[in-house]
Amino acid sequence: MTLDNIKPGCECVVKKVNAQGKLDQRLMDMGLYPGLMIKVIRNAPLKDPMELELDGFYLSLRHEEASYVEVCRR
Amino acid sequence: MKNVMTLVALAGQPNCGKSTLFNSLTGASQHVANYPGVTVEKMSGAYRYEGMKTEVVDLPGTYSLTSYSLEERVSRDFLLHDKPSVVVNVVDASNLKRNLYLTFQLLEMEIPVILNLNMMDVARRRGIDIDTNELSRRLGALVVPTTIKTGKGKNDLLKSIQSASRPEQNYEPLRIDYGSMEPFLSRVQEMLSESGDPSYPLRWLSVKLMEGDTEARKLIEKQLSNANELLEFVEKQRGNFESQNEEKSERHIAFSRYLAADTISKYCVRTVTGPTVPLSDKVDRVLCNRYLGPVILLGVIWLLYELSIVQGYKLTSYTWPFLAQLRELTAFIMPDPGFVWEPLIRSFSLWFVDSINALLNYIPIFFILFGLIAILEDIGYMPRMAFILDRLFRRFGLHGQSTLPMVLGGVFVGGCAVPGIMSTKGIPDERARFATILIIPMLNCLAKTPLYILMINNYFPEHKGMAMVFVATITILMALPIAKILTLTLLKGKETAPFIMEMPPYHLPTIRGVVGRAVERVWLYIKKIVTIVAAVAVILFVLLQFPGLNKERRAHYETMANTAREAFYKKIKGNAYAAQIPEDKLMDLVLYAGDYKNARMGVKKKEKAKAIDMKFAEKNPLFFKFIKPQKDKDARKVNRALKKLISARKKILREIKKEKIDNSYLGVMGRWIKPATQWAGFSWRVNVALLSAFAAKESSVATLGALYQQDEGNESLEKRMKEKEIGFTSLHALALMLFMALYPPCIAAAIMIKVQTGSANWMLFSMIIPTILGLSVASLVFTGGTLLNLSGLQAMFIFYGLALAATIGTGLIKNKTDYM
Repeated sequence: MTLDNIKPGCECVVKKVNAQGKLDQRLMDMGLYPGLMIKVIRNAPLKDPMELELDGFYLSLRHEEASYVEVCRR
Repeated sequence: MKNVMTLVALAGQPNCGKSTLFNSLTGASQHVANYPGVTVEKMSGAYRYEGMKTEVVDLPGTYSLTSYSLEERVSRDFLLHDKPSVVVNVVDASNLKRNLYLTFQLLEMEIPVILNLNMMDVARRRGIDIDTNELSRRLGALVVPTTIKTGKGKNDLLKSIQSASRPEQNYEPLRIDYGSMEPFLSRVQEMLSESGDPSYPLRWLSVKLMEGDTEARKLIEKQLSNANELLEFVEKQRGNFESQNEEKSERHIAFSRYLAADTISKYCVRTVTGPTVPLSDKVDRVLCNRYLGPVILLGVIWLLYELSIVQGYKLTSYTWPFLAQLRELTAFIMPDPGFVWEPLIRSFSLWFVDSINALLNYIPIFFILFGLIAILEDIGYMPRMAFILDRLFRRFGLHGQSTLPMVLGGVFVGGCAVPGIMSTKGIPDERARFATILIIPMLNCLAKTPLYILMINNYFPEHKGMAMVFVATITILMALPIAKILTLTLLKGKETAPFIMEMPPYHLPTIRGVVGRAVERVWLYIKKIVTIVAAVAVILFVLLQFPGLNKERRAHYETMANTAREAFYKKIKGNAYAAQIPEDKLMDLVLYAGDYKNARMGVKKKEKAKAIDMKFAEKNPLFFKFIKPQKDKDARKVNRALKKLISARKKILREIKKEKIDNSYLGVMGRWIKPATQWAGFSWRVNVALLSAFAAKESSVATLGALYQQDEGNESLEKRMKEKEIGFTSLHALALMLFMALYPPCIAAAIMIKVQTGSANWMLFSMIIPTILGLSVASLVFTGGTLLNLSGLQAMFIFYGLALAATIGTGLIKNKTDYM
């Protein structure tokens, strides 16, 4: 299951990041590493992008980008 | 060592209060420049503490120091090559763990680091307690807690900067343990030290090489003779590591840093209260709500317009008198005009002042606009705006963060391209940023509006509302497909970036911060723009004034003037006052009457009018009699003759002006380009007006006003234009409006494009393409409409439909993202 499929209000844990290059580096710099717990807060009014909470920190990213993050639901 | 200036760099992640600290440290002594060769702004300033002068450079806020983004590259290069004596790492105390990720990278670069725990008040309110001594011990760096917003802790920070910049300080900075990668790192480092001194911190360089950092590889290639051999060795090490650990090296490195941050925060941070939903999230439940969010966004945009453009415009009626005084003063200093010929120096000075005034007049609007933007920025609403609209804009190759520039540029009616282009700076995606820059001039800036209003009033009198909605929305319908086409073609190769964006907590803005930023940006506008407009005003003046009239025509106007004067004297022959108005005093009388008329213009209060009368009567009692003859029969006769003389003079002056423009270089150009513009239905007069709009679009209507001179009475420009341009239909008007909508950027905006794209070629491009496009669209509408025998209104509907179809059609094509 990938992060873009998680519904708002649900929590999940990062399993693996499949991105490459710049996207991979950005995701790492923003703290998306395996084992991290993520809560999906909401989708934007036009559905994309989505907002996440990781450890008291709020982040938004596009569903397309989120599809590179493998997660498992809690 | 007192004279050596200390260099301090401020580094930190976005939203940590770094700019607040920078402003607080440097106050008014700030200086904006660009980092060499790139469009990233370099903010620097200086302060003095205990007699020691310290220079401060505010590095761009970044989460990391990789080579993937321009800002990060710039920050890193500065730290490597300018070698500041201290780096103050500003950190959001309520989010220490996450911020340490950058701190570690700074420590690795072996520059003395001071960790500034900022926003302690927020941390305390959230029940976060930090053991600063333990933190300092573990990091091997000075730790200074502050709440810069209130000034708390600033003195401690200044003291620490001073002591840390002394070389005798010796702190043993923390070394991140990269675990299973350590043996690989030491092998690379060993190889590096054997290859000679690349003058960079070796451990840092080794980590970067293992990370696969492209810029670090370039450094090696530049500095070391055995670069190829070394880089090959590094690649082998990376390969070995990855196959042994089944993990990518760069990910291992990032993970190790997070692990270290986790450990440190476990030992140093204590959260007293349990987790609660932060206020910001509660606010976002409303502001980013599926239904309320877009409504509130529209409301915010409306408020932005209403306060700056509508109310700000009202404010200009209070500031305008000051500018008018400037003009009056200029008129007073310059030699007086003659009966028909005006001294060149006078006409030039007045033209010049008028041109500058036209722009200075916008300052109240800009001040309010920039102030409001600063408030929105400080509150933290900007990322929310991007969040709500990204989906929509991304369809056209733009970015959520294109919202603000487009609002400023005038999405509907009444913006300005200059601040719009200025504010594209924050868009991280290069391709979207360039596309945004290039379409902003195609939106409806304030200066395009007068021409629209003229055309609509004149040629769409029965459908004013509809026509207004058309021009207000057609620009965005043209701009979006153009943006899309640009990103699919010319801009295809530009770097793109993922959207990943922090949603920072909301903050209350400070008055000082907001006003300071507004003043700074207005000043930037004045400096950059006014100087350029001044230069263009000179050129335009020459183009409009020269070659002027030939001898014959001059003589012709002289005769006309003489006839008018003779008529005056004939009328007052035998008058008791005749002897008191000799020929050499006549011009004084004409000017006196003009001054009086100007002084009384718009004065409605009786007392005020009386005071003006008194002043003029005092200045010249005789002349006053002719202006206010009362019951003096002879004076009334003079009054009537004078009125005739003045109107005759005005007529001559107008004719001269018109003939001058007709003959001027610009007039010649207007005729010369007629073959190109005839398909759009533009007459050469319209061409001249459009050409003169090049410096500033407001000029178009003013030039039209001069070209369609009034002969008698006070007919409005609308009426005059209708009479003079026989055969000018609503279809002509539509073509002209569409051309104006796509008009190339004014000089000021063009310069801004050059600044923001860092290239004169893009500036030229931004001027040529809209011209071609505008002419094609106008020709299509006019020629097509004529062939199909359409009325302006019909053509308007059809064109709107086409633009809408183009917008939807291009919106369906997908852009490729290449940020992988």
